Amino acid sequence: MTTPLLSLQGLTKAYPGVIANNNVSFDIGEGEVHALLGENGAGKSTLVKMIYGLVKPDSGQMLLKGEVFAPVEPRAARADGIAMVFQHFSLFDALNVAENIALGMEDPPDMRDLAAKIREVSENYGLPLDPYRTVGDLSAGERQRVEIIRCLLQDPKLLIMDEPTSVLTPQEVDILFETLLKLRSEGTSILYISHKLEEIRTLCDHATVLRLGENVGECTPADTTASEMAELMVGSELKTPERAAREMGEVALDISGLSVPSPSEFGTALRNVHLTVRKGEILGVGGVAGNGQDELLGVLSGETLTEADAVKMDGQPIGRLGPTERRRLGLLTAPEERLGHAAAPDMSLTENAMLTGSVREGLESRGFLKWGEAAAFAERIIEVFDVRTPGPENAARSLSGGNLQKFVVGREVLQRPEVLVINQPTWGVDASAASSIRQAILDLATGGAAVICISQDLDELMEISDSFAALNEGRLSAPRDASGLTVEEIGLMMGGAHGMEVAHV
Amino acid sequence: MIMLEKRPQPSRVWSMATPLVAVLATMFFGGLLFMVLGKNPVEAIKTIFYEPLFGEFAFYYRPQLLVKGAPLVLIAIGLSLGFKAGIWNIGAEGQYIVGALVGAGVGLAFYPLEAWYVFPLMVIGGAFGGWAWAMIPALLKVRFGTNEILVSLMLVYVAEQFLASMSLGLMKNPDGFGFPGSRNLNDYASANSWISQDTGMHWGVVAAFIAVIFSYILLNRHMLGFHIRLTGEAPRAAKFAGVNPKRLVVFVLGMSGALAGLAGLFEVAGPSGQISLNFNVGYGFTAIIVAFLGRLHPVGILLAGGLMALTYIGGEIAQSNLGLPASAIQVFQGMLLFFLLAVDILTNYRLRLSAGKVA
Repeated sequence: MTTPLLSLQGLTKAYPGVIANNNVSFDIGEGEVHALLGENGAGKSTLVKMIYGLVKPDSGQMLLKGEVFAPVEPRAARADGIAMVFQHFSLFDALNVAENIALGMEDPPDMRDLAAKIREVSENYGLPLDPYRTVGDLSAGERQRVEIIRCLLQDPKLLIMDEPTSVLTPQEVDILFETLLKLRSEGTSILYISHKLEEIRTLCDHATVLRLGENVGECTPADTTASEMAELMVGSELKTPERAAREMGEVALDISGLSVPSPSEFGTALRNVHLTVRKGEILGVGGVAGNGQDELLGVLSGETLTEADAVKMDGQPIGRLGPTERRRLGLLTAPEERLGHAAAPDMSLTENAMLTGSVREGLESRGFLKWGEAAAFAERIIEVFDVRTPGPENAARSLSGGNLQKFVVGREVLQRPEVLVINQPTWGVDASAASSIRQAILDLATGGAAVICISQDLDELMEISDSFAALNEGRLSAPRDASGLTVEEIGLMMGGAHGMEVAHV
Repeated sequence: MIMLEKRPQPSRVWSMATPLVAVLATMFFGGLLFMVLGKNPVEAIKTIFYEPLFGEFAFYYRPQLLVKGAPLVLIAIGLSLGFKAGIWNIGAEGQYIVGALVGAGVGLAFYPLEAWYVFPLMVIGGAFGGWAWAMIPALLKVRFGTNEILVSLMLVYVAEQFLASMSLGLMKNPDGFGFPGSRNLNDYASANSWISQDTGMHWGVVAAFIAVIFSYILLNRHMLGFHIRLTGEAPRAAKFAGVNPKRLVVFVLGMSGALAGLAGLFEVAGPSGQISLNFNVGYGFTAIIVAFLGRLHPVGILLAGGLMALTYIGGEIAQSNLGLPASAIQVFQGMLLFFLLAVDILTNYRLRLSAGKVA
């Protein structure tokens, strides 16, 4: 066998209290699309950060084409032909594409030459992009193109992609895959990080599975079923949530003709949104991030006030009611951003239980706070939702992302909502916890609550929703029955390929 | 190499210990400063911290502690409510002046009527004056999004001009032989805030203690206090919890203005006695240091106010006994805030010594 492009040998990295990678070894061949598969917290990010020179391994070594490779910083890794597209883009909204790319270069050429180069590379790889457009006006898929082209300009030997499809519609995913396959045919290796099994099966030549920081197995995705890979990833068989047959009641929440201007320059305006949810119904709202999800949640939580009639609960206009009054009526919400929005990072879990629980759990009387009962409520959330923490006196920020998510979701679910609105319920949560959160949402609906679940995880939405609608540039598509929807139809509801062209290869 | 490592959650021990470390560091570096100025550092530090409490003339200085400490604590308690919510009232000095002017104005208007209700009306007037002066930055912020730091600070200078105009004009003592300054309220029994002049007790001291207790209950046991803390910790989460940010701005700025105004009133009706050109001595600014030195905690502020009063009085003794320049004492007080903020980082980070590796 020939020398692999990159060989990882016994990489270990420990952080205080946790071993992120334990003795991980695998090889990435030339021109290979290699999948790195694992749950949140399995150590994927730490591993690629070591390859990219952001983190130094405690022990073990890497060989690049047979020679010792120990990048001290990303610049060194880039010089050796390693490029990376991060999950979160680092782009300046107010600058145009070419300026953004120039900012990341060691010694940027003249702006006109750079623009010409960007055009050339983008056309070559089927990712057309106008170098003079302002990044703030681009869709998430187009922003990702900027990042990819920024990498391709360096002529990389290894391209690392961290969960690239999480911001794309199914149609945009197809375009991306064409590009990646073209790159592979030119001999570029790709390290593809994901937990979406089907896309790994269509795209990748080889897969390495990480669990709890260790390499637990390798496979050829095309020859392995998705459930086999899932078992490798999770370490046990997954329970799929059960949907009890349930009766739909009357309309619980009704939004009609709702338009809200964008709260900030690069935010999203909501345009003429209509939706209804009945008691016992789960409405899934899909869409690529940044198409109005936060704004829709704000309108429902009462953070953004609207005309009274635009939002109705049980037929009563509530558009002008603030968060506290809405909670009193039984409309509860769980925002996406856990730290700083759903929870105050430096406050204890007890205080965070007080944050939304004071009205419905009776944690205050005449304005005076009952801390004992708040602590008991926090304890109950911790117990019922299996939140891993020494106790409710700990600060919210000391919890891992997944555990805090369980706390935030549990806090609302346990308050017996009449209507629950939840944005990204299982974002950053491991597979078993995600399935218990979904089960809790389903149980809530079975008990007669109306649920709006906003998510970017289409599989999740298909698993739990009764009806489905998608947000695209602040517009909500007409809700449709979720059973029988195909991936193509969903993709079109989400805005299709947003007018992006397919690779001409 | 020294590394800073973020703690999973703020350390309780350090949050209590940092003021102490800051005081010790100030003593040390202040001592160095005094040494450079050619004074004996040990003696200077001892003069500042020991003389007022246990020295030969402590019987004279101890009542002074109450006189100096009360306005500092009263103002700092008000400021701490705003600071906790991330609303920065820097203009307490101005609210203090206007409170004194309105309160004294009410008293002078009744002169020479002796009645039980004169002083209570002055108290209300003082609180109202400070409140109204603080409403200017509050309403401008809520309505037009102006920066409350700038507006409140500028209004201090407006208030100072106002004070000068009053002591030279409207409030000038008609029996004062043309000297600037109002009648002395210490000679007007119904408008007097002294309880016992010998011990330094006046109604401002009582008000300061009440404010400490009130603020403690508000912050720890009441929804409004919880919302104040929440707004400071995470503004977006506060809005999600149902806080109306504008109403909160008006409340905390009004509250801190009213308390500063009260401090001004108690001062003018007691220790100072009259409205005069140099009535204000910087309590409103020093109270900012007191608020932070006390970690924005009511009990901490009480202790910090006492400590600050001590450095004031000790500083004066050091000036007269050792000939230290007044500005050296101010540098010394500034050091205290500087070190406090510097050591504060230990609450959220821990120091780690690691051998610097060369890659």
